[in-house]
Amino acid sequence: MNTNFPDIPASPKTTFSARPVTLRINGNPVELNVLPWVSLLDALREYAGLTGTKKGCDHGQCGACTVLCDGERILSCLTLAVMKEGSEITTIEGVAQDGELHPLQKAFIEHDAFQCGYCTPGQICSAIGLLREGKAETRDEVKELMSGNLCRCGANTNIIDAIMDVKNLSAHE
Amino acid sequence: MTLIPSIGQPVSRLEGYQKVTGAAKYAGEYKAPGMLYGYVVNSTVTKGKITRFDTAKAMSLPGVVEVFSHLNRPSVGKFSLQYADMDAPPGSPFRPLQDDEIIYNGQPIGLVVAETFELARYAATLVEVEYATEFFQTDIRPNVNSARSPKIGMATMLKPPPPKPKGDFQKAYDASFAKSEGEFYHSTEHHNPLELFATTTIYEGDGKLTIYDKTQGTVNSQLYVANIFGLKYKNVRVIAPYVGGAFGSALRPQYQLFMSVMAALELKRSVVVTLDRSQMFTFGHRPQTIQTTQFGADADGKVNALHHAAIGETSRFEDYTEVVVNWAHMIYPAENTLMQYKLVELDVFSPLDMRAPGGATGMHPIETTMDDLAYKLKIDPLHLRLINYSENDASLNRPYSSKELMQCYLQGAEKFGWDKRDPEPRSMRHGNKLVGYGMATGIWEANSLPARAEMILTKEGKLQVNSAVTDIGTGTLTVMTQVAADELGLPMEDVIFSYGDSKKPFAPIQGGSFTVSTIGSAIKAAAGSLRKKLFKKAASMKNGMLKGLELEDVVFKNGRIELKTDPLTFVTYQDIIAENNNEPIKALKFSVPNVLKLKKYSRATHSAAFVEVEVDEELGVINVTRAVTAVAAGKIINPKTARSQILGGMVWGISKAIREETITDHRLGKYMNQNLGEYHIPVHADIHELDVIFVEENDDIVNALGTKGVGEIGLVAMPPAIANAIFHATGKRINHLPIHLNDLL
Ligand code: FES
Ligand code: FES
Repeated sequence: MNTNFPDIPASPKTTFSARPVTLRINGNPVELNVLPWVSLLDALREYAGLTGTKKGCDHGQCGACTVLCDGERILSCLTLAVMKEGSEITTIEGVAQDGELHPLQKAFIEHDAFQCGYCTPGQICSAIGLLREGKAETRDEVKELMSGNLCRCGANTNIIDAIMDVKNLSAHE
Repeated sequence: MTLIPSIGQPVSRLEGYQKVTGAAKYAGEYKAPGMLYGYVVNSTVTKGKITRFDTAKAMSLPGVVEVFSHLNRPSVGKFSLQYADMDAPPGSPFRPLQDDEIIYNGQPIGLVVAETFELARYAATLVEVEYATEFFQTDIRPNVNSARSPKIGMATMLKPPPPKPKGDFQKAYDASFAKSEGEFYHSTEHHNPLELFATTTIYEGDGKLTIYDKTQGTVNSQLYVANIFGLKYKNVRVIAPYVGGAFGSALRPQYQLFMSVMAALELKRSVVVTLDRSQMFTFGHRPQTIQTTQFGADADGKVNALHHAAIGETSRFEDYTEVVVNWAHMIYPAENTLMQYKLVELDVFSPLDMRAPGGATGMHPIETTMDDLAYKLKIDPLHLRLINYSENDASLNRPYSSKELMQCYLQGAEKFGWDKRDPEPRSMRHGNKLVGYGMATGIWEANSLPARAEMILTKEGKLQVNSAVTDIGTGTLTVMTQVAADELGLPMEDVIFSYGDSKKPFAPIQGGSFTVSTIGSAIKAAAGSLRKKLFKKAASMKNGMLKGLELEDVVFKNGRIELKTDPLTFVTYQDIIAENNNEPIKALKFSVPNVLKLKKYSRATHSAAFVEVEVDEELGVINVTRAVTAVAAGKIINPKTARSQILGGMVWGISKAIREETITDHRLGKYMNQNLGEYHIPVHADIHELDVIFVEENDDIVNALGTKGVGEIGLVAMPPAIANAIFHATGKRINHLPIHLNDLL
């Protein structure tokens, strides 16, 4: 079997060494001791114990791992944890404020915008990022700019309904 | 104040809060002290033998604990039967790490176990494997000559063989006024639920395991593990409260379960094994199929000759079958029929039920042939369906327990605006887009299976309901809570439905659209028993208002037992529990469908799908711009979650028609698009206006609830409706799925 990886390092310690990374996750500073090859997604799920962020592909193809990094939506599977030293990461666990659900979370429940729920954290984080970007105006634009978030259950129309509801509501505020 | 019944209310999912806050935990998301991570090594060849499996480099990495393979795996079940799960087709199931034999590409051949996920994944790349390869076949098309009849087995009970031929098909077809025929090819498809397959095995010691598995049947996984590893059933507990989609892929225990349990038992530590997306293409799939149809009709449009033949792919070790060719004659009552179903063995993994197995495959040829026949007869396609409408299932000469398909046609056509269709192909346009309208009929079986349910009225006055059943995103938790609440006349808040745990009363695997009917019937049976017990207690209370009355005199409403004729004569559940020394009152019941009664009827859901497509004339780009599906599925317990099931089915229909397919390089015997970038499923921008109608359908035969299930019926009519709309738009009849833009250029 051929591989793209180098041979086993002579001294594993020097090749693979963990280092501390401090992230602000959902408002709290969290220090993690991770190897440089740990993705932000795995850092959240396996090291910080925040499994709300989902892994659907690990290749930037499904959107399930979407989190907010300093307010911008990013794919945490395509980001190494060590790259985000000092960044403010918001995961689905940090979207509700003081026990009060975010309007998008409420709208998702109301519109039945999920079935299995596995794409949901990514859809919601992505939608928060989308609304903040302010680029999407029409329903078609929202659909287009949410298209990085797959839903295999086929909740597509309900997801877009939920986002449009919140978008229209905030537009009228 | 009288409580409104919960059944029929569009209740939001009860687990919604957990799902929108990230609190819902899936199989690979449990932690245990000292937990290890497993990463699977897969075969890169399709057939042959492993000649070298060298783990030295992998094992030399600090933190790698073990590399399992056929060379060092612990001794486990030796008999094929020990591996047979509830959904096993006739044959001998795949046994991971059994020996050096490679029987399909991507076969799991090793498991690297390490302290971290990254290390296990890296170490897996350092395992060196050499093979002696052998000749293989993975393409169904050049192998049709080897097609043979499927073996009969247990699974055949739920998957009946084709109906017997009737009359003289060939003679009738030759003499038909109008004829239509076609040959159809469908590619392989993979379920690809968004959640990756994962199993976390918590090693409890003393031969005990707690297993979080991605499964559609907790009991199925429990029996599988206990049988293979020789453990006591009661020492194996499988838990699956949240399942991130499955669509049939988790009907059978998959290899990560075996791997995780094997490693945990051997290393005496907890182990999680999660597959990656490419490994999601290394177990069951929807089989490639080749189908042919020949339909003949008289000058009035009456179909008098029906022939539908299908050849499906199976593995060399199991005869996976599906019901593909039985549907046409269930819908259209021709006098002369010939239905055939055969299998071709190939060097692939066994196919596996995938949403609407067989139905999604068979309805496409049937309903596009009907469309073509309508053109030959110069009859409107919808009208042709009405001419051939039947209240009975002609294939088995028996009535339907209920059939409101007529209303599906009429209400669907009305809502869609079918009357605005100009029948001429290429006659309708939106700018440079060709517009097409297409329609098709849908049918799916309405089954139920035996199951157990337990109900406990607790001393707090809550109703605890228990079942081992899963909720794969279909809404089972919510819907079962609604059913139970109404049975005892309680608000939903007072009902706690516990599920997704093999410790709870037996439930079969969740699939085939039979879960609501199956578990709902068990709950109804348990409720009947609980009501009797409650009443007996109430009627025996010394100063009780119901003393000396009969069960027929009372109703269970508003959290109490009331006299039918006078609601002010009552005993509350709380008082009954108090009378029972504050001990809970329990009822456990096993419900079995009434086979003798059901045998006299065919039971099915029906649908009619109406679709608008736009096809870019120059570029061939296809868009499904609008679709209406009208569904007759008996009683709808929860219109909100049921609608979502239909919408999901419709999206799957769009996907099957114009998007998804697994592409095989038959020279390598390997799937080439094992990722979500190249395995195309619709994105939000592909999905436009979708509309669902539930027509009213009362059925007091099908089961005690009158429910028929909604998991698959939304899918089956969509692919043919889309293919028909594409024909109407472009004048091109494309018979393979998915239809791509290059087919239209
Ligand atoms: S897991 Fe990151 S995009 Fe799929
Ligand atoms: S809700 Fe299941 S993938 Fe979107």
